[in-house]
Amino acid sequence: MNNTLEIKNLNVSIDGQAILKDFSLSIPKGEVHALMGPNGTGKSTLAKVMAGHEDYTVESGDILLDGDSILGQEPDVISHAGLFLAFQYPMEIPGVSIANFIRAARQSRLPEGEQIKAVEYYKDLYAKMDALKIDRSFTARSLNEGFSGGEKKRCEVLQMSMLDPKYCVMDETDSGLDIDALRVVADGVNLMRNQARAFLVITHYQRLLDYIVPDVVHVMYDGRIVHSGDKDLAKELEVKGYDWVKEEFTDAIVGA
Amino acid sequence: MSNSNLQDEAIRVDTEKGNFSYPEDYQFDAGIGLTEETIKYISDVKDDDDWVRDFRLKALEIFKKKAMPTNWADEDLENIHFDEIRYYLSKGQVPARSWDDVPDDVKETFERLGIPEQERKFLAGVEAQFDSEASYSRMKDDLEKEGVIFVGSSEGLAKYPEIFRPYFGKVIPTSDNKFSALNSATFSGGSFIYVPKGVKLKQPLQAYFRINAENFGQFERTLIIADEGSEITYMEGCTAPKFETATLHSAVVELVALKNAKIQYITVQNWSSNVFNLVTKRGMADEGAEVKWIDCNIGSRLTMKYPGVVLKGQGARGEVLSIALANDGQHQDTGAKMMHLADNTTSNIISKSISIGEGRSTYRGQVHMPKHLKNCKNNTECDALLINTNSRTDTYPAITTRGQNNTVQHEASVSKVSAEQIFYMMQRGLSQGEAMSLAVNGFVNELMKAFPMEYSVELKRLIDMEMEGSVG
Repeated sequence: MNNTLEIKNLNVSIDGQAILKDFSLSIPKGEVHALMGPNGTGKSTLAKVMAGHEDYTVESGDILLDGDSILGQEPDVISHAGLFLAFQYPMEIPGVSIANFIRAARQSRLPEGEQIKAVEYYKDLYAKMDALKIDRSFTARSLNEGFSGGEKKRCEVLQMSMLDPKYCVMDETDSGLDIDALRVVADGVNLMRNQARAFLVITHYQRLLDYIVPDVVHVMYDGRIVHSGDKDLAKELEVKGYDWVKEEFTDAIVGA
Repeated sequence: MSNSNLQDEAIRVDTEKGNFSYPEDYQFDAGIGLTEETIKYISDVKDDDDWVRDFRLKALEIFKKKAMPTNWADEDLENIHFDEIRYYLSKGQVPARSWDDVPDDVKETFERLGIPEQERKFLAGVEAQFDSEASYSRMKDDLEKEGVIFVGSSEGLAKYPEIFRPYFGKVIPTSDNKFSALNSATFSGGSFIYVPKGVKLKQPLQAYFRINAENFGQFERTLIIADEGSEITYMEGCTAPKFETATLHSAVVELVALKNAKIQYITVQNWSSNVFNLVTKRGMADEGAEVKWIDCNIGSRLTMKYPGVVLKGQGARGEVLSIALANDGQHQDTGAKMMHLADNTTSNIISKSISIGEGRSTYRGQVHMPKHLKNCKNNTECDALLINTNSRTDTYPAITTRGQNNTVQHEASVSKVSAEQIFYMMQRGLSQGEAMSLAVNGFVNELMKAFPMEYSVELKRLIDMEMEGSVG
C-alpha cells in the first residue's frame, strides 16, 4: 500500500529465541502511533529489525514502506528509502563533528557528482538547532561524545529533522530526559508532523504522550500487540500499570 | 543502489592512481645483485669524488657484516633477497628545470600523480625522482637569490662539499643499522637542502619519489641543513606500481637544525603492497631549535620507520606526529626516538595507528633522558584503532628517565570501531565503507589539524580509498 508503513505477521528471533511473534502493524502517513509496553516485550527489537540490524533473524513476515519490502536490505538502503530510527542509546563517534556527520548523511542522498551547497546546509542546520534549543557551538563537537542523555536525544531529533524521513521510528526517546528537555524534543517532533510523514513512538511511559499526542496507541506484550486504542488508552495504562495487561493477556491465553 | 555502484567505480579508478608503469628504457643499469662492482659502477656513473667512493665501499662492508634485525623485528625481512634486486637504474637524465624537457613517459607519470599541478598551486620547489635519479628539479627563482640550495645528493656533495660534507652521515652514521649501511653504499637521488641564516621559507619544498621498475631498490639520501634562525617545511610523497615481486625502498634522511632554526618534515607515503619500506630518519636540534616530523604511512608490505630527534642544545624541541594505516597483509612498524642531551629540552610524540582486517601495526618508542639533565619534558601518546577482530596492534614504549627534574608522560589507548557504531552511521544513510572511513577520519582528526591543508586533504582521500577497498 502506498503512503503506509506496514508490518505483516513478522516473526523474529535472536539465537533461536522468538522475540516478535506474528507482529502486525500498519501506520499511514499523517499519523502518529505510540507503541507502549513493559520492558522486554520486543519493542526495541522491532525498531532495530525495521532499520535492518543484522543480529536478528526474520523467520517470516514482511515490512513494507509504501508497498515495497525493505526486509533483507542494508541499513543504508533502508535509510535512503525513507526510514529513520532515533536510537534509544545513540552511539558516540569520536572525532566526527555533528555538522560533518549530518552533512555526510545528506551527501549520501545526492546523485553521484552532486555536492551539498555549504551555505544552504548551514543555514538549515542552524535554524533546526535553534528550534531544538541546541547551542550552535555544538556543531563542532564530536557526535554524542560526552553528551548528557538529554543532549543525545536532542541530537537524534536534530538528525531526524535534517534528513527529512517519511517514516520516523523513535525508540524510547524520552528516557533520560528531564521535563524541559522532553518539551523541547516533543516540540521538535510536533513541528515535523504533517500529512507526508508517519511516526512510530516507542515508549515505556505515558509522560511523553502528553506532549506528542498520538492518533493511535498500541500496547505490546510478549512479542505482539495485545491492545490498540486512542490516546486515552495511554492514560488508562498510566493509572492501571502494565500488570493489568499481563493479567488480561494471560487470561486470554488460558481462556483459549 | 545504482548511485553507490557508480561511486564505487569512481573510487576504484582512483585507488589505482599509482598503479601503472611504463616500459623500461634505461641507459644506466647496475645489474642485478650487490657487490663491490655494483658500488663502483654507481660511483662511475655519478662521477663521485674519491671520498664519496670510499664512503660507499666502507658502507658496503658494514652492510655485509650487520645481521638482519630479526631478533626484534618482523621475520618478513628474511624475504628480501638482496641478490635479486637492481640497485641503480637511470635514463642518464640531468634533472630538467622545465616539465617540457622531461621525457614524455616520465612527465606523464608525474602528471598522473598530480605533481606539476601541486607545484603551480602551493609549492616553493619540487624535485621529482624516477627510480634512481631526479627527472625534474626546480625552485622558485627568488629562493635561489636568497641563497637557498635545493639539489640532488650527488650534486650537493660535488658542488657544495664545504656545506654538506661536515654533516653528511653525521646525524645517522653508516653503522646505525643494516639499512642505513645499505643506503650509504648505494644512495642515489634525494634532496640536499641548505637554508641560509634567517631565511624563512613561506611555502614548502617537495620531493616525490616514484619507483617505476620491477625488482628495484630505491635508495634516496636526503640532508637538510637549516642555518641559524631559518625555517623550512619539506614534504615527500611516494608511490610505486603493484608488481608481482617485492620492491625495496630504503632511504636515509638527516636533518640539521642549527641554533633557533625550525625544520618541519612531512611524509605522505602510499607505497603499493609489495614494497619493503625501511627508512632511517633522524634530526639534530641545536640550542633553541625545533625539528618536527609529520609521518603518514599508508600502504607498503612492511614499513619500519622510527623518526628521531637528537635534542643537542639547550631548549631544543622535538616532535613526531605519526599516522599509520595497516590493511590486509601489511605491517606498519613505526614509532619515534627522542634523545635528550641538554637541559630544558622538550619532546612530544603522538602516534595514531589503524589496523584493518589482517593488518598489523606496531609502535616502538624510545625516549632517553640521562641523569645529569634538568627540566626535560616528554609527552608520549599512542592510540590504536582496530577495525574488525583479526587486527593486531602492539606497543613497545622504552622510556629511560633519570634525574630529579625531568618529567615524562605516557598515555596509550586501544579502541575499536564497533559493529553498533557502523550500524548507527549506516542507519543515517552512509555505506559501510563511508561509515568506516568517517570513523577513521574521526580518529585521526585532531592530529590532521597539524598538517598543511593540502596534505590533510590528500591524506583524507587516501584513507577513504583504503577503507573503500577494505570492505568485502
